[in-house]
Amino acid sequence: MSHPTAQEQILDFVRGRYPQAEIDAAQDIFALGFVNSLFAMELVMHVEKTFGVTIPNEELRIDNFRTATAMAGLVARLSPTVAAA
Amino acid sequence: MTLVAPVPVQVVDRRSARAFVDAHVVPYADAYDRIGRVPEDLLRHVAAAGLWAPFLPPESGGAGMDLVTLGEVHEEVGRGCSSLRSLLTVHTMVAWTVQRWGTPEQRARWAPGLAAGTTLGAFCLSEPGAGSDTSAIATTAVEGGGGWVLDGVKKWTTGGQRADLFLVFARTAASIGAFLVPRSAPGVRVTPIEDMLGTRASMLAEISFDGVVLGPDALLGPSSGFTAGMVLTGTLDLGRYSVAAGSVGIVQACLEASAAYAACRRVGGRPLAELPLIQAKLSDMVTDARAARLLLAEAGRLKDAGDAGTIMATWIAKYFASTAAVRHAAEAVQIHGANGCSPDYPVARFYRDAKVMEIIEGSNEIQRITIAGQAERETTR
Repeated sequence: MSHPTAQEQILDFVRGRYPQAEIDAAQDIFALGFVNSLFAMELVMHVEKTFGVTIPNEELRIDNFRTATAMAGLVARLSPTVAAA
Repeated sequence: MTLVAPVPVQVVDRRSARAFVDAHVVPYADAYDRIGRVPEDLLRHVAAAGLWAPFLPPESGGAGMDLVTLGEVHEEVGRGCSSLRSLLTVHTMVAWTVQRWGTPEQRARWAPGLAAGTTLGAFCLSEPGAGSDTSAIATTAVEGGGGWVLDGVKKWTTGGQRADLFLVFARTAASIGAFLVPRSAPGVRVTPIEDMLGTRASMLAEISFDGVVLGPDALLGPSSGFTAGMVLTGTLDLGRYSVAAGSVGIVQACLEASAAYAACRRVGGRPLAELPLIQAKLSDMVTDARAARLLLAEAGRLKDAGDAGTIMATWIAKYFASTAAVRHAAEAVQIHGANGCSPDYPVARFYRDAKVMEIIEGSNEIQRITIAGQAERETTR
């Protein structure tokens, strides 16, 4: 049984928060209109804790968090070992 | 009139915090309430005890205290004096924000003073026309000349009369930004706000910024709405956690005062404590104090683990603890009868202070909306 990828884990988290929305890995979650600053903070904390990374200030750009794919890419840059697993 | 005891102890946990508060705060808190300020001597004692920002890492001058312990410490301070706890809350918010979002240069400049208490911080979000609704913020920060120019008015700034460093949220061209503004900057004017309902010694102020010129290093984090939203959310989350802790402290203070009074006061030849209606009030205080404390500890544990669930856990802890504080402060006054309405007992102060807890760092109405939203999401999964 394979481990879920970083992208899948992030997508699970987002879907768990917004079960009423149909979200895929390429979906811009901020374009959906219901993401607020509280969720943005939760998202950053989730990524940091789940993948054991610290997101530096210069990476705290909305484009890095728009999609599960973008967030997985961020994780890959910050922690290549985790992302490749 | 002596307003503080002479010898501070180092605070490292709940036990030492309780000892500090019992020695340096409890005997004098009613006097602080009456004079409308916390004396400089006590502020120095708080610094000597290492209470201002013990959660900062040692390299920033702190003690690396975990947030569960910090919650316990703030509960103990809140048990003694909500005004002092309020000063700790806003200072904590500023110190944490500098540590979490500051550049190495910003941390090096501000963190040691914040840790030592030689630089006191205050949080400037609310305005005459805007509470925690950031969309209504009218204060502006205009970029130019390699820095920023700040204009606007902030209101209800806890500790504003005394603070040295303001964390100011202002509207930028792109969104909202968080700025570190020294009190000494030209164009900063501090106007005391006095005679409030509660936390009367928390040295509230209105802060005006009139063409205040700031360097580029005044901005915390990258200049984007995404970052500013997180800075604000994270800062308010920690403030909410501290207010929740302080509210637990109020419930505990109500319990201790009421139990002591009910044991001594006699009616019909029997102590009040033997009357079932009084026992019911005391038992509700005991159970709510424990329940609120557990909710707070859960929020703190999640913070220490870096778990995103801490944000909702903190909303819930603050909502439960602040409403419990109001409920039990009213009952504490009731148990004390006319004495409870007098300046001879602390419960009137608890009653006034408790009401403030339902308003600050997110009103109870906002909390209910947020908590209900979470419940709706969870039930529709």
